[in-house]
Amino acid sequence: MSGAGEQRTVPPMQSLRAALVLSRREQISVIVAVLLIGAAALLPVFGKAYWLSIGISVAMFTVLATSWTLFSGPTKYIALSTAAFFGIGMYVVGAGLPYMPFAVLVVLAAVAGALLAAVVGLATLRISGVYFVIFTLGLAELVRQIVAWAQHVMGTSSGLYVLISISDSVMYWLLLGLAAMVYLVGWFIGRSRLGFALRIIGNDEVVAVHCGINTARAKVILFVVSCTFASITGALVAPRWSYVEPSIAFSPFLSFEVVIMALLGGVHRLWGPLVGVIPFTLLWEFISAKFPTQTTILLGACFLLIVYFIPRGVVGLLEDLMRGHVGGLGSVKGLFQRGKTDNA
Amino acid sequence: MPDGSLGAAVLRIEGVTKRFGGLVAVDNMSFELSKNEVLGLIGPNGSGKTTMLNMISGALKPTAGAILLHGKDISTAPASEIAALGIARTFQIVRMLPSLTVLENVAAGGVFGHSRRWGRELDDYARDLLQRVGLRGADDASVAALTYIDQKRVELARALASDPEVVLLDEWLAGLNPTELRTGIALIEQIRADSRTIVIVEHVMDAIRSLCDRCVVMNSGMKIAEGTPRSVLADAEVIRAYLGDADA
Repeated sequence: MSGAGEQRTVPPMQSLRAALVLSRREQISVIVAVLLIGAAALLPVFGKAYWLSIGISVAMFTVLATSWTLFSGPTKYIALSTAAFFGIGMYVVGAGLPYMPFAVLVVLAAVAGALLAAVVGLATLRISGVYFVIFTLGLAELVRQIVAWAQHVMGTSSGLYVLISISDSVMYWLLLGLAAMVYLVGWFIGRSRLGFALRIIGNDEVVAVHCGINTARAKVILFVVSCTFASITGALVAPRWSYVEPSIAFSPFLSFEVVIMALLGGVHRLWGPLVGVIPFTLLWEFISAKFPTQTTILLGACFLLIVYFIPRGVVGLLEDLMRGHVGGLGSVKGLFQRGKTDNA
Repeated sequence: MPDGSLGAAVLRIEGVTKRFGGLVAVDNMSFELSKNEVLGLIGPNGSGKTTMLNMISGALKPTAGAILLHGKDISTAPASEIAALGIARTFQIVRMLPSLTVLENVAAGGVFGHSRRWGRELDDYARDLLQRVGLRGADDASVAALTYIDQKRVELARALASDPEVVLLDEWLAGLNPTELRTGIALIEQIRADSRTIVIVEHVMDAIRSLCDRCVVMNSGMKIAEGTPRSVLADAEVIRAYLGDADA
């Protein structure tokens, strides 16, 4: 602290090296993560077809819920736009398959998702609280209507055939690889200045700007990262539906499922959503088999129960139990109390 | 530096006005700050001091006028940019980052601002600052567990973490007991000794007398007096502003 001084910046290499130095605990976490992913990769070898299909759902929702948490966890902005980006990924694959190889389309889907996220992010991340929630919910519907309208204008049928044979095993491995990528990206962001900036923003945006953080830029970057993963997921699972139409690809149901799973698991740890995804997928499998017509009301009930009884998710609950107290900061209720834009 | 005649102005406020609809919160204010000066911005409640401070830090944009930092107009710059240029602040009502530890609360100020650190260097720097503001060994504590004065210390350390040139303290000494007040005044003295330039908005007259080189007095958004603490506090119009007509 030697007086008011010259501007200093951290050389990028130095910060990169700092990010790669791991503590003992982190080394153990990395080894455990690699072993778990390795074990999960063996499912197609040993599991039956039924379990493989559940495995695909789990992997898909793991990617969606974890990437959702990358943005919504620290910023506390509840985004209901997963379906919009997921649907775009699906449609890029559906529309492009006759002309291009699958791998190219997955990349195109990622680019399309990233571009839309950047535009939407720049336009909406200045609004917060409930306005942001409503906007993102409306976004999926808007994109769906545009796609439906475009198809009508072009005189094609309302849907698209996704005719490509990708075995369930391959799709599962692709999704698992994508999940590993989400974790890797999330882990890097968590250790980076961007991650720190987002935690500050989530706590108090006024303090954040006065600390020198360009809050709009930080939020847009994270929103783009988060939504790009949703688009890639949509692209990868498109072949699972041999016929895609707007109401399937842009189902708002999906957005809600993702939010519920993430909240059930816990949004303040990178691996939190996974803890929500596994039980919820299994439960959902059961519910949609037994009560196919009551799924919506049961989804709503689940949402209420989670927000009221385990506001910090299963992970938060476990941590509280271990620490011997319940409740505390960063609860889901806090997520809904945003948007009171108080002045300094 | 009581006469503020040392070198060029660090910060110059030129005819700044802020209107909220029909209300004129700050009305054509002009003053300047020399390097290493401590300027007291005083006046009765609601006279526009915090609004003035908010415009300097970029939390609010002036309706008219210019705010020059080393001759460069920053009145339309976003707060994040102003922070990066070397103006840091504390808030009238303490603003903690509740889910971050004490150390992280301080470190937050040192990553994206005027001077930037990261990794171990940042930790060491933040720890050093905590010690300087008198909070040794509380690094991993939760800020919710701190007393009010300790939270104020954390906020001060956060402001200093960017190695700012100008520090804006908005009633930083308010609500302290007499012992804490002495500690607080000593801390501000120390910040000045680090060759920083300071603006304090304050009601505690003892602090104003012992800390400020110069005072600018505001009433109803306008500047009504400027000078040494001694002279402005004896000024008839200032007394009238604080106490009303009968006592003048």
